[in-house]
Amino acid sequence: MEDLIRYAPDLALGFLENIKLSIVGAITSLILGTILVAMRVSPTPVLRVAGTFYVNVVRNTPLTLVLAFSALGLSDQLGLVFSSEPRTNSFWIVAMGLSAYTAAFVCEALRAGINTVPLGQAEAARAIGLTFTQSLRMIILPQAFRAVVAPLGSVMIAMIKNTTVAVAGGFAADSAANMKEAFDQVGASIPIFLGIVVAFMAVTLPIGWFTGRLARRLAVAR
Amino acid sequence: MTENGDATPLVQLENVNKHFGSLHVLKDINLTVSRGEVLVVIGPSGGGKSTLCRAINRLETIDGGRIVFDGNVLPAEGKGLAKLRSEVGMVFQSFNLFAHKTIRENVTLGPVKVRGIAKDAADKRAMELLERVGIAAQADKYPAQLSGGQQQRVAIARALAMDPKMILFDEPTSALDPEMVQEVLDVMIGLARDGMTMMVVTHEMGFARRAANRVVFMADGQIVEENTPDEFFTNAQTDRARDFLSKILTH
Repeated sequence: MEDLIRYAPDLALGFLENIKLSIVGAITSLILGTILVAMRVSPTPVLRVAGTFYVNVVRNTPLTLVLAFSALGLSDQLGLVFSSEPRTNSFWIVAMGLSAYTAAFVCEALRAGINTVPLGQAEAARAIGLTFTQSLRMIILPQAFRAVVAPLGSVMIAMIKNTTVAVAGGFAADSAANMKEAFDQVGASIPIFLGIVVAFMAVTLPIGWFTGRLARRLAVAR
Repeated sequence: MTENGDATPLVQLENVNKHFGSLHVLKDINLTVSRGEVLVVIGPSGGGKSTLCRAINRLETIDGGRIVFDGNVLPAEGKGLAKLRSEVGMVFQSFNLFAHKTIRENVTLGPVKVRGIAKDAADKRAMELLERVGIAAQADKYPAQLSGGQQQRVAIARALAMDPKMILFDEPTSALDPEMVQEVLDVMIGLARDGMTMMVVTHEMGFARRAANRVVFMADGQIVEENTPDEFFTNAQTDRARDFLSKILTH
């Protein structure tokens, strides 16, 4: 137990990084995922193919490889730099890789949501003169989002836990990295281990509960 | 709408053909709809009535021939098509009210987002239209809270809000409980009296007799017969039509 108390400040700081990654990841992946699903259902074949290709490649690549590619390929080889400060830079590299990865899952959840919207809704939208983009934005996506609030919650929970592999993208300051450092010094400690588990559950359990409630409240009655 | 231009047809279909795979659903359809005319399309299921109706605002594409609306061939896609659709109202069998929007929002969405009318003005007009179809008291409810007949009357108000040159009705009463059919037909008869150009796919013979200028009988993808309602119902010319009428009128 004293191991946990001794390392608690370190672990807490690390956990704060997990939370920061999660917040950036949630916002960016939701935006990117929405753009991807718009591409996947668009009437333009090129966009559809591009969206499908992206989702199939990224969704089927292990996250650690996506993050390693972000760090080694995009950052080191192609010179994508977010900040001259290495730690800040690697934070954004990981945030970007994580968002790019999670966006594929957001896209697929939303696509499932779109399939729950009856075809008649799109026909009625078109029939009053809305363009494809307008009907997607005003009629289809709002109903699709409401249908998949709970599955999106699961995607977000997975994403939050995925922040613990940030080290694969060169960001070694999150709670999992700090935990490993602590273990290196004092040996494996069950209390430290459980402490981090509890910290994550304190965030993810409410998200599951909240999105479940929200899903029931927002459900579209037909 | 008010120019009594029986001379210039609002809609012209010329040799229109349409296939669903190997099924030939519209066969060389030639048809004109005049301004202010109320045209009822009847016939057996699978005869192509709905497809014909949906082709006029291009919810169904056609494979051959052409459709001219108000002097212009139907645009194939894009802004031009959206504009055409904003001028042709459509009322569906299954209402298709926007499920996540209130009744009022259903009626104002088109005017505000497509026509760019100010929200206040659109709201005011929406309430007038809802008043006209008898749903004003339910303006802030959601579609699922209304009965089928009420939803369909809202759908008519939604179409009217765009000030369309014509309204297409695709079996507007077929999904309704029997006791709700009349309230929808009453609204439609009112529209017909006010001079709205209407194409109505329906099995409601009462409506055809009371409101239609012309009845078109369709079967197997073809227009088999067209006539005034009185002539058609009392003195059908073709065996196919007489056979159909004998089946529905005895029930």
